[in-house]
Amino acid sequence: MTQARTLFEKIWQQHLVRPATAATPAVLYIDLHLIHEVTSPQAFAELRARGLRVRRPDRTLATMDHSTPTTPRNQLGIIPVLDAQAAAQLDRLREHCREFGIQLFELGSEHQGIVHVIGPEQGLTQPGMTIVCGDSHTSTHGAFGALAFGIGTSEVGHVLATQCLLQQRPRTMEVRVDGRLPHGVTAKDVILAIIARYGVGGGTGHVFEYTGSAIRALSMEERMTICNMSIEGGARAGLVAPDDTTFDYVAGRRFAPQGAAWDAALTRWRALPTDPGATYDRVITLDATQLAPMITYGTNPGMGMAIDARVPLPDALPEPAQRLALEKALRYMGLQPGQTLLGQPLDVAFLGSCTNSRLSDLRAAARVLDGRSVAAGVRMLVVPGSQAVKRQAEAEGLDRIFRAAGAEWREAGCSACLGMNDDKVPAGKYAISSSNRNFEGRQGPGARTFLASPITVAASAVAGVVTDPRPYV
Amino acid sequence: MEPISVIVGQIVALPVPDIDTDRIIPARYLKVTDKEGLADGLFFDWRYRADGSPNPEFVLNRPDAQDATVLVAGPNFGCGSSREHAPWALQGYGFRAVISPSFADIFRNNSINVGLLPVQVDDATYLQLVSLFDEDPATQVRIDLAAQTLTLPDGRAVAFPIDAFSRHCLLNGVDQLGFLLSGADAIAAFEAQHPIELDTTR
Repeated sequence: MTQARTLFEKIWQQHLVRPATAATPAVLYIDLHLIHEVTSPQAFAELRARGLRVRRPDRTLATMDHSTPTTPRNQLGIIPVLDAQAAAQLDRLREHCREFGIQLFELGSEHQGIVHVIGPEQGLTQPGMTIVCGDSHTSTHGAFGALAFGIGTSEVGHVLATQCLLQQRPRTMEVRVDGRLPHGVTAKDVILAIIARYGVGGGTGHVFEYTGSAIRALSMEERMTICNMSIEGGARAGLVAPDDTTFDYVAGRRFAPQGAAWDAALTRWRALPTDPGATYDRVITLDATQLAPMITYGTNPGMGMAIDARVPLPDALPEPAQRLALEKALRYMGLQPGQTLLGQPLDVAFLGSCTNSRLSDLRAAARVLDGRSVAAGVRMLVVPGSQAVKRQAEAEGLDRIFRAAGAEWREAGCSACLGMNDDKVPAGKYAISSSNRNFEGRQGPGARTFLASPITVAASAVAGVVTDPRPYV
Repeated sequence: MEPISVIVGQIVALPVPDIDTDRIIPARYLKVTDKEGLADGLFFDWRYRADGSPNPEFVLNRPDAQDATVLVAGPNFGCGSSREHAPWALQGYGFRAVISPSFADIFRNNSINVGLLPVQVDDATYLQLVSLFDEDPATQVRIDLAAQTLTLPDGRAVAFPIDAFSRHCLLNGVDQLGFLLSGADAIAAFEAQHPIELDTTR
């Protein structure tokens, strides 16, 4: 009898070119390599310097998302790139893709978008794969039962040249979420609650596998939101076992297998879920029925709480270092210990990012905004995750709802999530954001970020202050 | 890559937990296509005030910290974004090693790949180093990679973990790509039998 194995162990073993030895780490084969303009140029330069080719351009795909503007198109239908440095970076990606034969989804073109939105949307992301990208939110693709994780630029070079990575085998952690989510509580709130409880370093050295009835009940887009922020819990990768929800999502997409290949794929994919009796190195649990909409108050995603809770008191924390960190965070945020965030005035509302910029996110926010207006003094940016999301949203009239409410409807990209382009939160100003990181300066120097779900962002934009979304949905 | 065997250097302590890579180098400094000048963006929003002048309260701006080559930082150092620009910037600034109770996974890999040595120590050693720096900013430590030891000024040697292959690469100044390339036949053999549903990305 074969040993019971977890989903992670199955994918790991299926991709071992060489197992680890006493002297060398495992050599892991990579099925899909996604690249973008920011973390690839130095890797291509290294390839050129060594006279190497890209081993599998047919397993590589490039898009433009991080440093791209999200401003409207000009009369020629082109999105102008006014930032010379960003333009040079995009030119370099074009050159590299041409030289090495890599498919590129060009800025503004039909399939362009945030790398972690387009992979699933195009059917490139499939169960059982190994997927990497020079971006930490590659964990998103784990929602399909693919082992997906972020890498640095040296490793981007390794994968370009060899389609392999040297890897220390991570440990496994089951993150079990049972029960039905209460009204107004979303996937974003689930992951923010997990990180608030177990910390931003809680998953270091581990791969998460999200299990339990609450996870099973989620749509693919909701699962992507959860897996996306695995890295915010310290885990490089997060997995959800593939099931009919997964297969229904993948079926018929551009790069998905068809016909007999689809049937063969399904047979393989159905064998992927963790076997009964398989064990994880660690197990943590969360009761979904006890959750409320979440919001962050501090400067890392672990500094989060129920939206109607009060900011913690530094004195109540056990460790001096934790106290200092909280005091520093509250100073940066301009908040007081023990205060509520409800009613906190806002300057910016951002709906976008690889965490929450998919169609279901836009629909949920649009339902809140329909017939309402963004409060005076609040700038709301709505940035769809991809051109495909943008087109579909426009076909459904969501753009008209956002515009009628006074929000900006923009082109696809990473935008204000990381403030590489002009979409920034001004210094000292408060933003409520559907993105993934509230780090100091993340959305612009001095920007103060509250992370929350799309419906909390929308409800708060309407109220002009941090607002509990539950009465709005 | 420069081989690393022994690093003897002055420490500077930044005892803040969870220092993310956006702190280490903000995204607006990532619009480069090479590795030049990244040290200018290192810890930018801590190092400089809004008017662009150096912030005298930030430890790296202290006159007695100018020769530091070993950064002592709080736990979970390098969390967040996978940007290798973070270790490039630290290295460009002059750091050769970072000592912390824990490192984020991607940052650790990136550091090793660029030849910036991550030295993971227990909490007590970390706190001792922070105190030593507070008492005497000229405090030096000795890091012996072959022996995997960090030696404190009192002579106490503390072991630190590093996998055998990374140690080999750093000691010899070779990167990991050469090893991967040497396995091209094994990769080809693997590809020939590896089932994959995705035919092509084109």
